[in-house]
Amino acid sequence: MMDQQRQMPGIWAGMVAVARRDLLLVLKRPGDVLNPLFFFAMVATLFPLAVGPSVEQLEFSGPGVLWVAALLAMLLSLNSLFTSDFEDGSLEQMLVSSLPLSALAFGKAAAHWLSSGLPLVIVSPLVAMTFRMPVAVVGVLMLTLLLGTLSLSLLGSIGAALTVGLHRGTALLSLLVLPLSMPVLIFGARTVSLAAAGDTAAGGLYFLAAYTVLIMSIAPFATAAALRISNE
Amino acid sequence: MRCKALTAKLSGDDLTLFRGDRCLFKGLNFALNPGEVLLLEGRNGSGKTSLLRAIAGLIELETGRVSWDGVPIRGQRQAFHLALVWLAHRVGFKADLTLLENLRFESSLRPQAERDLEEVLERLGIERLKNLPMRALSAGQQRRVALARMLLADAVLWMLDEPVTNLDREGRSLVMQLVSEHAAHNGMVIMAAHQDIKLEAPMQTIRL
Repeated sequence: MMDQQRQMPGIWAGMVAVARRDLLLVLKRPGDVLNPLFFFAMVATLFPLAVGPSVEQLEFSGPGVLWVAALLAMLLSLNSLFTSDFEDGSLEQMLVSSLPLSALAFGKAAAHWLSSGLPLVIVSPLVAMTFRMPVAVVGVLMLTLLLGTLSLSLLGSIGAALTVGLHRGTALLSLLVLPLSMPVLIFGARTVSLAAAGDTAAGGLYFLAAYTVLIMSIAPFATAAALRISNE
Repeated sequence: MRCKALTAKLSGDDLTLFRGDRCLFKGLNFALNPGEVLLLEGRNGSGKTSLLRAIAGLIELETGRVSWDGVPIRGQRQAFHLALVWLAHRVGFKADLTLLENLRFESSLRPQAERDLEEVLERLGIERLKNLPMRALSAGQQRRVALARMLLADAVLWMLDEPVTNLDREGRSLVMQLVSEHAAHNGMVIMAAHQDIKLEAPMQTIRL
């Protein structure tokens, strides 16, 4: 009888609590967020220096370089998504909590996106300036990055969950996540290129949005299952 | 035994677990009812923690099943975890967050008993540490925070893995007192320990 009276904490509240806790941790250790951001900015600004100041070349290679740099920066930060939770035992506490693990995994991915993906989107116009990107194209770039980084955070959480128990899982994580993130890279970079050439960007954006929604609806469950396996 | 197992609140039937090639336990049965304490004894590495983890549903058993209210927990993980609080070897707190921030996060993970936070912290002797980050706390103090999580949660079943590790003598007797109280209030406790445990509650022992 007692069981029925027991109030279950809300799923939404649990998701928010996980995200809030992770963001609070980021605030206390901002270095972890700044690392991938620096990586992104450095790769993308070094490139024009190496390629040379030819406007044509920069405009041509800009979208691709920015997107590759963003993808790698996201991968870099995904590595540690579950590691500290695994090591200090709080992952185990989440596994035995009464909330669905998929909701908690979604909360973690959301916090990761807010702390790694969103800053990338925000600094991307600055970096795009070094490639002489027109303002209208910068808008498209930001939109593609917004959708792309969101799906990368979610995709990466599956890989991070699978490799959490392994030491030096970095290579394996990249191997797992990269194939699934190819559509994001291809459509992201191509959409920006097309916009730069004066074409419409709508098709690519629709695809990216659809892919993001698809990943969003699958990834939390896959992550939860992977976490249970990794914790055996 | 079978009849008893079927009516028990929590029961394990023919549990077998291998780790690698080694058989940790085979054909193990237990039945636990409200108000009772189950003590798991054994040497280091004898499989106490593995058995606890298997009962909590964290690892898959080779054979057998664990039932809660007569229903296998695999089919009702959520209902089972709703009634469970788990005190593991690793305390499961974030080192960078303060004691209060950690406990606040915990409160959104599981149902909470209507206990006064201040009172619980005071009883555990960690009340003046509440605004310190966890990394500033000693191992024993962190252990006490884990006990606070246990007391604040509204859980019938306590699963404790070596609860007295790192605790001083007073802390150890406090744990025993808390466990006895919980059992007296119709709670259930499964505890793995290699030290001598003295309790004032009905106790079964499994030697691994």
